[in-house]
Amino acid sequence: MSISRDHIKEKLNTQFGDGIVSWNDASDILTLEVKPDLNLKVLTFLYDEPSLRFQFLTDLTGIHFPDKTGAEIGVIYHVHNLKENIRLRVKIFVPIQKPDVYTATGLFSGANWMERETFDFYGINFIGHPNLKRVLNVDEMDYHPLRKEYPLEDQTRIDKDDEMFGR
Amino acid sequence: MPEQANIVLPEGSLEKQTTRLNLGPTHPATHGVFQNILEMDGERIIKAESTVGYIHRAFEKLAERRPLYQITTLTDRLNYCSAPLNNMGWHMTCEKLLDVKTPKRVDYLRVIIMELSRISDHLICNSIVGVDTGAYTGFLYVMQYRELIYEIYEEVCGSRLTTNMGRIGGFERNFSNTAFQKIEQFLQEFPKVWKEFENLFMRNRIFIERTKGTGAISAERALNYSFTGPNLRAAGIDYDVRVHAPYSSYEDFDFIIPVGTTGDNYDRFMVRGEEVWQSLSIIRQAYEKVQSFKGQDAEIYHADAPEYYLPAKADVYTKMEALIYHFKIVMGETEIPVGEVYHSIEGANGELGFYLVSDGGRTPYRLHFRRPCFIYYQAYEEIVSNTMLSDAIITLSSLNLIAGEMDA
Repeated sequence: MSISRDHIKEKLNTQFGDGIVSWNDASDILTLEVKPDLNLKVLTFLYDEPSLRFQFLTDLTGIHFPDKTGAEIGVIYHVHNLKENIRLRVKIFVPIQKPDVYTATGLFSGANWMERETFDFYGINFIGHPNLKRVLNVDEMDYHPLRKEYPLEDQTRIDKDDEMFGR
Repeated sequence: MPEQANIVLPEGSLEKQTTRLNLGPTHPATHGVFQNILEMDGERIIKAESTVGYIHRAFEKLAERRPLYQITTLTDRLNYCSAPLNNMGWHMTCEKLLDVKTPKRVDYLRVIIMELSRISDHLICNSIVGVDTGAYTGFLYVMQYRELIYEIYEEVCGSRLTTNMGRIGGFERNFSNTAFQKIEQFLQEFPKVWKEFENLFMRNRIFIERTKGTGAISAERALNYSFTGPNLRAAGIDYDVRVHAPYSSYEDFDFIIPVGTTGDNYDRFMVRGEEVWQSLSIIRQAYEKVQSFKGQDAEIYHADAPEYYLPAKADVYTKMEALIYHFKIVMGETEIPVGEVYHSIEGANGELGFYLVSDGGRTPYRLHFRRPCFIYYQAYEEIVSNTMLSDAIITLSSLNLIAGEMDA
């Protein structure tokens, strides 16, 4: 492994300075949080910079923290430099009232459905996405089910009477 | 369905207009519930639009209210052709979060099971490619060895398709002698069968002409589409999680990663075929390693993780700690440490990843499955554009798209 975690940190810190909110070195994968409007710039920099070359998007997903006011909805990217075999996790957080995030589809074709899935479940608006519509749920659905305000049904409820299966 | 008014017929087309054709969701040739809305010029596909989601089961939401061990049953139903692989991947993710170290013997037993399920998955995929090119015999012939693999599962865990195999820390019980006998039988009989199966296809002119040069994707595009597994390796990139980030003691084994060059259906078929040989070799090595444990060591089948591994029933009746752990595990009252892990394994059709976030509660705060099929399938539209409909059918099966994995 020729890229060290310090090298990645140094490169990104010089390039983005205050744009980087925090680093987490203790996690299994080096993790950084950046300002939400910088996500595409950071990903592009990671992609193009000759000494980094994080050119493989492993995973893209969302998360919801209802208690983090102003930064409820998160988007998490896992990128991978296959040659040097090192992974990196990039996070951004946006307010739930205005969950606007720049799309990564221009950089990674594979982000297309991953972003559609994230939109489907968390309602994140990926600006510039070529075809942002639901992928797993029905088109008519008017909510985003993985948000925490939609709890699963209480399994101990007794008010529901089902003739076939009972309760 | 949006209007596709801008479709222009290619030059030299005999048609007056394009035809819109629904392939699926319940077409027998799609082997699962996929729908493709194709815009056709005669038999040539001009444009495809794929839709999924017909069997979405909200696993990620369900997982947010289940203790870790109850999520194993959800992973069964991802890629149901190789359920034990998913189970093992999930257990290893938990072990990474809980910092449980598994003994070597457990790792080797897991390797045997994981490679067996890789074989059973490739077996289906390759033989289905055969079926779609018109050769049904191979499919039926190799099925009896999938049956044998399922019998091995049955000996190990009691079930066949959705296995719920293993526990956090190891297996629920030691492998029985019958299980080892069946593994031995498999190692003895299967190579001959697989050889025969390959002979049927590898130099078969009809098969080669149907598959060579169809459904191809270049290495650059495959990488850009986040391809992993055999589909990426067929395009010539030797990325394999077993080598890049060894888990379950894969570093102790000697095997090669087969790669293709063109990323077409034939290369995918060949890569999977060769992977079966490699898996057989790994199973043989692992089997020998397992046999080399003697006496007390041969009785080890789980890690020492009392908070997560269900104690023996006899202990529950006689020891207080065991009773407490038993109760806490069964009732799902064990608190999971705070943390965030991403763990991936080389699933049968690519990097199967688990992204697990815990806030210290009894259930995961967030669990995301990186499902390789879901990620492949978006490339299908690009791969089949400007190809013949009959080639698109083979491409669909040779990408090894499993509906269960797409719709987590």
